[in-house]
Amino acid sequence: MQPKPVALKVLDVASIILLAISTYLALVFAPTELVMGDVQRVFYFHIGTAWTALLGFILAAVFSVVYLVRKDLKWDRLQVAAIEVSLVFFLITIVLGSIWARPAWNTWWTWDPRLTTAAVTELIYVAYFMLRQGIDDPDRRARFGAVYALIGGLSAPITFFAIRLFRTIHPVVIGGTNPEADGGFSMTADMRVAFFFALFAFTVVFIDLFWNRIRLGDLQDKVEQLKLKVSM
Amino acid sequence: MFFQETTPDTSGYMIAGYAIAFIVMALYVASIYLRTRNLNQDMTMLEEMDKPAHPVQTSPPPQPRKSPAKSGANKSAKTVTKKSRQK
Repeated sequence: MQPKPVALKVLDVASIILLAISTYLALVFAPTELVMGDVQRVFYFHIGTAWTALLGFILAAVFSVVYLVRKDLKWDRLQVAAIEVSLVFFLITIVLGSIWARPAWNTWWTWDPRLTTAAVTELIYVAYFMLRQGIDDPDRRARFGAVYALIGGLSAPITFFAIRLFRTIHPVVIGGTNPEADGGFSMTADMRVAFFFALFAFTVVFIDLFWNRIRLGDLQDKVEQLKLKVSM
Repeated sequence: MFFQETTPDTSGYMIAGYAIAFIVMALYVASIYLRTRNLNQDMTMLEEMDKPAHPVQTSPPPQPRKSPAKSGANKSAKTVTKKSRQK
């Protein structure tokens, strides 16, 4: 068993502290939005997790390309780690969005372009793990996974731009406005502090979980190799 | 909701949202921890299985110590040869 590197231990602690500060800023420091009330505060974690998840899916597509070029299983392990952490973060994004939508739109779910593309993205990556489970040969599994993650990676920018390209009721908070949006708001200075800190905190938490997941993948690989050696 | 005069009380949704976010993250961290622990156990077991039943000696085998009785026997053997030469 390899001991945990000191840098990773420091990152573990930093992630917990940053997440705690981000929660404080979102729940206490940021002012209450007048129209929606306290439920607007889920926005900070909603965007924080969405940003890191979409970034992770795009990173996974980049790792796929590198794997297909170099044929080194190390890149496959990086790809799996990025997708798994992103899948968890994107699940949180969708659940938080649904909880916000209930008082804001008077429904838990609607087949709006943003919500639909987000659900499709999540399902694409759930299917990715199902695909991998069905293949025993590590090289074949990595090759299929890489091609799948590369094509699936297209869903991340589509989800991001859905509210800018299609007619939707989802608000555009960053980089534009949507006149048809329901539940949009403009951020005050304190809200911006909480918002940008949440983006930073979730980026650090993502890196921490990603690193831990890579170590797990390396260990899985070692155990698989040892199993093969013992069975021969 | 948007035609009201006072801010609505939606704190229940906020609490639910944050609770779910933390529970999902905690479950994921726990899953990473448990999977790592199980793999380490597997690794230890497989390493035990991988060890050969009769370990191969890498260092040279220890030299047998000369017992006094044996050295005496050698001496007598030497004397025998000396005596036979004298004959």
